[in-house]
Amino acid sequence: MATQLADPEAKSTVAPEAVVVRFAGDSGDGMQLTGGQFTLSSALAGNDFATFPDFPAEIRAPQGTLFGVSAFQINFGSTSIDTAGDAPDVLVAMNPAALKTNVGALKPGGLIIADTGEFTKRNLEKAKYDVSPLEDGSLAKWQVLAFDISALTLESVKPFGLGNKEALRCKNMWTLGLALWMFDRDRAPLIDWLNAKFAKNKVLADANVAALNAGHAYGETAELGGHVKKLHLGPVPTPAGLYRTITGADAVALGLVAGAQLAHLPMFFGGYPITPASSILHALVRLKEFGVTTFQAEDEIAAICAAIGASYAGQLGVTSSSGPGIALKGEAMGLAVMTELPLVIVNSQRGGPSTGLPTKTEQSDLYQAVYGRNGDAPIPVVSARSPSDAFECAIEACRIAVQYMTPVILLTDGYIANAAEPWQVPDPATFKEFPVTFLAEKNAGDTLLPYKRDGKGTRPWIKPGTPGLMHRIGGIEKAVDTGHLDYSPANHQAQTDARKAKVDGIAQSIPDQDVCLGAPGGKLAVVGWGSTYGPIHQAVGRARAKGMDVSHIHVRHIWPMPQNLGELLKGYDKVLVPEMNTGQFKTVLRDQFLVDARPLTKTSGQPFTIAEIEAAIEGALA
Amino acid sequence: MNAITPITTTLKDWETDQEVRWCPGCGDYAILKAVQRTLPELGADPANTVFVSGIGCSSRFPYYVESYGFHTIHGRAPAFATGIKLANPQLDVWLVTGDGDGMSIGGNHTMHVLRRNLDCQILLFNNEIYGLTKGQYSPTSRQGTTSPTTPLGSVDRPASPCAFALGAGARFIARGFDVSKELPNVLKAAYHHKGAAFVEIFQNCIVYNKDVFNDFAAPKGAEDRQLWLANGEPMLFAKGTQGIALDTEKLTLKVVDVIDGDWQAAGVIVHDVTNRSIAHMLVEMPFGPFPMALGVLYDDPRPTFEAAVMAEREKAAAGKEPNLAKLLAKGQTWTVTEGGPEL
Repeated sequence: MATQLADPEAKSTVAPEAVVVRFAGDSGDGMQLTGGQFTLSSALAGNDFATFPDFPAEIRAPQGTLFGVSAFQINFGSTSIDTAGDAPDVLVAMNPAALKTNVGALKPGGLIIADTGEFTKRNLEKAKYDVSPLEDGSLAKWQVLAFDISALTLESVKPFGLGNKEALRCKNMWTLGLALWMFDRDRAPLIDWLNAKFAKNKVLADANVAALNAGHAYGETAELGGHVKKLHLGPVPTPAGLYRTITGADAVALGLVAGAQLAHLPMFFGGYPITPASSILHALVRLKEFGVTTFQAEDEIAAICAAIGASYAGQLGVTSSSGPGIALKGEAMGLAVMTELPLVIVNSQRGGPSTGLPTKTEQSDLYQAVYGRNGDAPIPVVSARSPSDAFECAIEACRIAVQYMTPVILLTDGYIANAAEPWQVPDPATFKEFPVTFLAEKNAGDTLLPYKRDGKGTRPWIKPGTPGLMHRIGGIEKAVDTGHLDYSPANHQAQTDARKAKVDGIAQSIPDQDVCLGAPGGKLAVVGWGSTYGPIHQAVGRARAKGMDVSHIHVRHIWPMPQNLGELLKGYDKVLVPEMNTGQFKTVLRDQFLVDARPLTKTSGQPFTIAEIEAAIEGALA
Repeated sequence: MNAITPITTTLKDWETDQEVRWCPGCGDYAILKAVQRTLPELGADPANTVFVSGIGCSSRFPYYVESYGFHTIHGRAPAFATGIKLANPQLDVWLVTGDGDGMSIGGNHTMHVLRRNLDCQILLFNNEIYGLTKGQYSPTSRQGTTSPTTPLGSVDRPASPCAFALGAGARFIARGFDVSKELPNVLKAAYHHKGAAFVEIFQNCIVYNKDVFNDFAAPKGAEDRQLWLANGEPMLFAKGTQGIALDTEKLTLKVVDVIDGDWQAAGVIVHDVTNRSIAHMLVEMPFGPFPMALGVLYDDPRPTFEAAVMAEREKAAAGKEPNLAKLLAKGQTWTVTEGGPEL
């Protein structure tokens, strides 16, 4: 896309189909908030969009430092948007460090908006600049619009008598106001939002509104060097209906609530604070009226054990964490496998190993999910491709858990958890229920057989408190049918086989794998899972537009996989698997189907760009 | 305990058809019998009772009690019990653990279940050894204990379960030992305490740590070495000839002789189970210079965790309609019509 944003020669402004804007500043500058509100304004303008919040692990990193930079990128437009965009068209840099860490990503010819008020000697030193880049010509390949946002903000909020520090905190609203002007956006919803946010402090509300209006007015009236034209990106053609923005963490929380309702069960959620999974617990604690009990446990292990205890007692047990926490839960997952109790385990993956990159995204816990336990302990794995898809995936995880009496792992990642996208609000009346039946009386004449399996290989769910059905379960191998302790060779063989057959059999309850773009067969299939959906979809779309024979397959059910997947993959000459790890799904595909799946890997903590995948497609077809 | 309608059962009703697999002569047999004898007296309902355990010899306990039972993973029984009780507060939850399970690998969970005050009975079988893994020293083993991992004797100092429990915020602390005739009374007191009731039960591991408690548990001369505490009664032992008094200068306990039964003259303390200061001194009272403090050391109930969680949930949900459609459509929404988006 050739942007018209910063073209001084342009006689008339032709709006592009999509624009990528990155707001970058100090972690205390409110960039995530600015981005979030710009996102809302994009939604109200009817644009499609995808966002990428990228913030440091430190809560308040030292001001002005390179590692303290917090950024929020949004790709929005009048066309379908699947990713947060490869390279920004516009970079808003609130200080030298934000410029230094982000300018490299900016498109050639792109627009830099910089706050000169922050380009002080001290801040330049902190950002390791010897000379101000605004003055030494090093930004020549971009358009630079530098002016003193700090001073302009101070001026605009002067009537409210704020202290200097408080007044400067309105800078992000001033900047947002300018951005709203640039993209012809309505200020009214944001003014409403500010008034609501600062309802208890009228002065702060008024000051922020004044800053927003001043930024907007600056765009309207000031001479911006002829660089900036006001652009209007029209609404994307969208099916009629009710929409909202949603992040992956919220979608998981809502999906779990919906899943528990569809199973006719109260939900118990055991969690322990960990980035980036905590947001799910934050969302669920506010939904107690939906029969949700939340429990912040003393550690990750207690969180899953309490959830298993709740499942044993007849609720839908759920726990959630990120890689390091999931590792701690491993032994308890094995117990849930052995005792055949329903449980949903959400893993919001982040960069690893160990503490790794707490706030950055990765897909490197796939082996952990599929294989990461002692013993033969098969657990179904479902993965979400986008924030809104996480809603459906959470429901699917609940369904499998209760219908098959098994723990289920739901994989999302840091990108999905934090990113927002528009979501057409679904009508719950269209959801298919899967009500649970507890065993009420003995199931074999006068005898209770807690491990008697039904046609799917599933044992009954028996709640303590049910008269006459007292029995004991635990982690020691269970005798077929009776569930008594039984270490005998034939029994362990039979139960290992039965547990495997049960989980394998889940494939019969999941839809066949579809091809989301392209044909079921051909030269190249690009097979993805999880949050690589956006860049793969765009890259395959572009390659197909160039006439290349390439298709996009995106797998939701990682374990067990759809029954037709092996045959489907064999219909392509080549299979390329882009993933944000060193090739984990590729290995599973090779193992399961003996296909020559080739990896495209990335472990930088950043999502794939469309261009990276496009280049790999071209390479594979060359 | 729970306020339930008492059920009539006998000891037999609490026995399972499973063969008990502890070593012959193990103290666990006596504890099992004491529990099975006590449950009918409590009017407990097998269908409403759950025994939850971790890993170790003691943790096989649930398999032998005809109720609901969950043999979980090493050290984590308190966490499972928490989930069970929060999911169904009507259940009577008993937690069975050992010195390795509850004080070592699961020390963290023991601390938090006590601090939160989950309504349950916690029976910690303390045999001062790892039995199921063949005799390694444990966190409660006395200094100098020789074992496969400490052939020259252990060097680290032992933990005191009751002192740990009190420090963690427990509101009920009791002690007994496997073959004691008083054990059922201790269990009953634990059951009647609403909240987390912590009971340390000294248990003789006849294979790996045989008779390690004989210094106070042996029948001969037991009166001189056991102080059975009773609320409102003076702290007397040795057939009433000795008692426990407060050394007001050192602010410690001391043993005093009681002449002609005049314990008041000797300054013997009257046990008050709600007195936390006395509890602190009793859990720390060293055996040797003092008798072993047994019975109910401390009993001062506070509101339970599950009651607080339920109350908070009800309050938060009051007047709110659990309407999924409305929940999904919450927040800042917009409607797309033929004419484009609008608020």
